[in-house]
Amino acid sequence: MKKEAAKNLRTFAIELAVYAVLVTGYFFLVLHLLGNWLYHLENQHRYTYAIVAILLIAGQAVALDALTTLLFRLLRRRWR
Amino acid sequence: MFFPISNTHINPIYLVVVGFVIGILGGFFGVGGSFIAGPALRLMGVDWNYAVGTDLAHIVGKSIVAARQHRTLGNVDLKLGLIMAFGTIGGAECGAQLIQALKRAGNVNAVVSYVAIIVYAGIAIFMLWESQKTLRTDKGRSASVKGVQSKKDHSAFGPVTRSIQRLKIAPMISLPTSGIRISLWTIVLVAFVGGLFSGFLGGGAGYIRMPSMVYVLGVPTHLAVGTDLFEIVISASYGTFTHAIKGNVDILIALVMHTGAVIGAQIGVVATQYFAGPKIRLAFVPLPLIGAAIVIYTLVTGHKL
Repeated sequence: MKKEAAKNLRTFAIELAVYAVLVTGYFFLVLHLLGNWLYHLENQHRYTYAIVAILLIAGQAVALDALTTLLFRLLRRRWR
Repeated sequence: MFFPISNTHINPIYLVVVGFVIGILGGFFGVGGSFIAGPALRLMGVDWNYAVGTDLAHIVGKSIVAARQHRTLGNVDLKLGLIMAFGTIGGAECGAQLIQALKRAGNVNAVVSYVAIIVYAGIAIFMLWESQKTLRTDKGRSASVKGVQSKKDHSAFGPVTRSIQRLKIAPMISLPTSGIRISLWTIVLVAFVGGLFSGFLGGGAGYIRMPSMVYVLGVPTHLAVGTDLFEIVISASYGTFTHAIKGNVDILIALVMHTGAVIGAQIGVVATQYFAGPKIRLAFVPLPLIGAAIVIYTLVTGHKL
C-alpha cells in the first residue's frame, strides 16, 4: 500500500512538472494570440463573445482533462 | 500579465494557485468555490462585476473536469442532474429578481448579508451535529475495503429523509443510480431553493445544494458531490452566458485560473474515494463558515472583499 502510494506520488510529481511546462507554453502562445481578438469581440459582439467564452472554457476543460489523464497513464506505465 | 478585457495586471501564478485550491475543494465537496474565487480576484483589483462573471466561467471548466472524473467513478446521476438543472435556473432567476426588488427598496446589502449569515451558520451547525452523530453511530461498523471507502451512506437525519421520500406526489421518479424513488416536485423544489440562493447570494450555492441532496433527497454523499458538479456545469454555463452578454466576464483570467483547477479537481475527486460520506460532510462544515466570515467582515468593515 505504501509502495503504491509512493509510486502514485512520484508519478503525480512528474505529471505536475510536465504539465507546468506545457501550461507555461500555453500562456505565452495561445492566450497572447487570443487576447486582442477576444478583447475586440467583447467590445463589439457580446453575444458571439458569450458563446465563444463558454466554448473556450469547455474546450480547454476537455483538452486539459485528456492531457492530464494521458500523462498520468503514460507515466504509470513507464514506472511500472 | 495584462488582461485587457478587465483592464487588470495579475500574476498568472497567483491565478493558477487560486484555481488549484478551488479545484481541490470542488472535486472533493462538489462546490463551485465562488466564496474563495470572488474575494481572491477582488484582492488583485478585479472589479466586482468581473470577479462574479469570471468566477462563473472558471466554475464551468473546473466542474466539467471534476464531473468527468466523478463519472468514471460512477458518482454522477445524470437523470437527477438534468432535472435539477431546470429547477436551479428557475430559482436563480427568481433570486436575481428578489435582489432587484430589494435594490429598489434600498436595503439589499443588509438583507442579503443577514440572510447569508443565518443560512451559512445554520448549514454548518446542522452538518456538524449530523455528521458527528452519524460517525458515533457508525463506530465499529467498518465500511472500508482495502483503504477505499464504500459509497453506502448512513445519516442521523435518515428517518426524516425517508419520510420525505415517502411523499407520494405524482409524478414519482425512479433514480436507479442514486437508489431512490422520489417525487419530481421534491427534486425541483430542492433545485429551485438552491438556485434561489445562488441568484440571491451569488455563486453556485453548492454549499446549499450538496447538503440538500443528501438530507432531503437521500442521495448518497459521493453521488451528491458528483451530481452537483454535473448540475453546476449546466447552471454555471447559463450564468456565464448571461454575465458575458452584460460585459462581466474576462475569459482570459478564467482560462488561466482553470489550468490550476484541472489538477486540483483531479486530486479532490480521487480523495473522495478514501473518505466515507459522514467524514466528507464533517470536512464540509468550515466551507459555509468561511462564507459567513466573509459576509461578517464585509458588514463590519464596509469593504467588499
